[in-house]
Amino acid sequence: MPAPLLEISGLTKRFGGLVAVNNIGFAIAPGEILGLIGPNGSGKSTVMKCIMSIVRPNAGSVRIDGREVAGWPTHRIARQGVGIVFQHSHPLPRQTVLEHIEIALLPDSLLKLFADRHVAERARAIAARVGLERVMHRLPRTLAFADLRRLELAKAIARNPKVVLVDEPFAGLTATEVADFSELIASFRAEGHAVLLVDHNVKGVAALVDRVFAMYLGERVAEGSADEVMRNETVRRVYLGGKIELASRPARDAAARGTLLRVDNLSVSYGKAQALEDVSISIGAGEFVSIVGLNGAGKTTLFNAICGLVPSTSGTIRFAGADLRGRTPAQIARGGLVQCPESRELFGDMSVRENLDLGGQHLSREDCARQLAWLFELFPILQSRQRQTAKTLSGGEQQMMQPKLLILDEPTLGLAPVILEQLSKAMERLRLTTDITVLLGEQNVTFALPHADRVYVLEHARIVWDGSPERFAEEAGTGYL
Amino acid sequence: MLRSRNVWLGLVALLALYLLPFWVSGYVLGLLTVAYYYSVAAMAWDLLFGFAGEVNFGPSFLVGLGAYTAAMLDHYEGTPIWLCLIAGAAMAVLGGAILAVPALRLRGPYFGLVTLVAVLLLQNLLVLFSGITGGEIGLDIPDVLSVDDRTNYFYALVFMTISGGLLLGLSRSTAGLILQASGQDATEAAALGFNVAKHKLAAFCISALFSGLAGGMLIFYLGTASVGTVVDISVGVQFIIAAVLGGRRTIVGAAIGSIFLIVAGEILRPLGELSTFVVSGIALIVILFFPGGFLGALRQRGG
Repeated sequence: MPAPLLEISGLTKRFGGLVAVNNIGFAIAPGEILGLIGPNGSGKSTVMKCIMSIVRPNAGSVRIDGREVAGWPTHRIARQGVGIVFQHSHPLPRQTVLEHIEIALLPDSLLKLFADRHVAERARAIAARVGLERVMHRLPRTLAFADLRRLELAKAIARNPKVVLVDEPFAGLTATEVADFSELIASFRAEGHAVLLVDHNVKGVAALVDRVFAMYLGERVAEGSADEVMRNETVRRVYLGGKIELASRPARDAAARGTLLRVDNLSVSYGKAQALEDVSISIGAGEFVSIVGLNGAGKTTLFNAICGLVPSTSGTIRFAGADLRGRTPAQIARGGLVQCPESRELFGDMSVRENLDLGGQHLSREDCARQLAWLFELFPILQSRQRQTAKTLSGGEQQMMQPKLLILDEPTLGLAPVILEQLSKAMERLRLTTDITVLLGEQNVTFALPHADRVYVLEHARIVWDGSPERFAEEAGTGYL
Repeated sequence: MLRSRNVWLGLVALLALYLLPFWVSGYVLGLLTVAYYYSVAAMAWDLLFGFAGEVNFGPSFLVGLGAYTAAMLDHYEGTPIWLCLIAGAAMAVLGGAILAVPALRLRGPYFGLVTLVAVLLLQNLLVLFSGITGGEIGLDIPDVLSVDDRTNYFYALVFMTISGGLLLGLSRSTAGLILQASGQDATEAAALGFNVAKHKLAAFCISALFSGLAGGMLIFYLGTASVGTVVDISVGVQFIIAAVLGGRRTIVGAAIGSIFLIVAGEILRPLGELSTFVVSGIALIVILFFPGGFLGALRQRGG
């Protein structure tokens, strides 16, 4: 076994009290591809940033080809032989694709005002290699999304780095583009580079990687071949949840009550990246529907499109029978369609009570008092903390003032297991005692399934499965790892 | 195609400026002389904002340092003009570096805030030590570049042409490309192996050099150095508006913007107090609706 090109050990990164990365260590040999996987918030991106010193690790060692580089400034680590392919690109507006690749080839000098002759030649060769030959004289803003990713790739490999780090290599790409990119990445391996692929799930990278290192909440959970990791008990629990217990409730006669929200053939794109493709869902009045999907699948986009926060390219959204096209987000919210965003948009410096009052400010005084009483019954902890500032509370509470349809976007994101359980109980009580219609977006299946009447699976901007939670585990579960 | 046409247009316009003294009065030449000195400060500012991606809210800190260093040397020591100018430029670079080294460590709007505070500090110092600096009234300068309008005009025009040429060349060089990449995304530039801090600091020093020189030249033209003409925040704001108005990331646009601001102010002079208001209004409209400035709008129309 040859000496590894990248070797990290004991890597630890804390953000305040949160341990984002805890004692992580692995090595990548020349000509090897390691997949670093973990769900959102597992710390995998932080590991990648620590390797490059984009965030400085608190402890641990990072060795590039035997040289200790932990804590070095980023540009020196880059020169030591590390290239990184960022997920998002910020290209220069007035330089062509070829000029962008040339920049990556320039020496770090203040005094050099003209590029050497070989730079242009080499840039052309790199452009040809990553498949940018057709577009190399165009400006970045005229490029397709995949070509922008190719450009990032081209820049990262321009200096022939020993170690290549790739952040979510296939995000936003079509199947053919995925095949192209896989081939390119495989060619790095063939040339003896060490490659680290960071992704959400094993499935996406299984065909490409030699080994997989799985993380969860900053810790190592498994390591081995893609198959071994997929079979690993802990990994299965992290992704699928342990045993999924379904909380049944008396069946409701959904058909008789009609459809509350109906989305037909909705497509949304951000610039060149397609975020939703031909998505159709419907939610009956009083129903509890979960949409499960990994980070980046398009859940938040779907919710934002429903709430009028992002424009759709095609498709219709009907709420309580009326087309929502052309309405402002505020009008939609007042119509009773309320979203609790995953980013916890509480007014952090106001007290809990002030936040609650704000949520109910368009109700009459009596209604408001009634709602508050109901809320405190639902979330007893809020009553005792009325005066406290709202910074640490989960998002679900402040906006729950009499909505017809409540959209919850990843309420479990970043929560400790204990809190999760409380939230789950509240969810159950909400479902049993009220007539509210809920649309829940989750990547945590354990949380999403028990309460749901129906489940949709969103994957790469498309709905790929729908059915009852009972059928989920056997039909959709394995595809979810 | 378009680019070469614009280059020709620019050269013709520049030639016209050189021939201007044969047509117009000394009064107009005097206005343009000030405009050219301002334009160098504005172009130097664009190197920072347009290329290094840093907003310097205190360009008049650098201009003022250069101007007052030159003014005080001439006033008290009778130092020759060329030496005063070099000392002023050197002081601006030094002051700029002392400011930039800690400030560039900060991210986001904090760099801009530090530069803003620096102007206020300089202004306060000048007023506090008014016994030496002349304070609010200003410091008279025994030497002048020339008493002839035309000669002064040519000094300023040649200074602008050379400074503009150097700054433009630098911005188009490979070092300028790296600077632009650092301004666009510092993390990405560092990941490509570029020492972002080094490039930004160099840009700041170069910007300071030209700003300091412009400040020195300006006071030797005016014959007096005062807070109101070279240090005040409103002076700095004028450079900034000029650069943005003309077109970010173009260098040349900053010069066009400076000349526009001063000429427009003069044309609207009959409006009295209202003229500043109208010019600011025009600037606001251009920035709101054509964020690319004059040259940006031109580029867009060209395709």
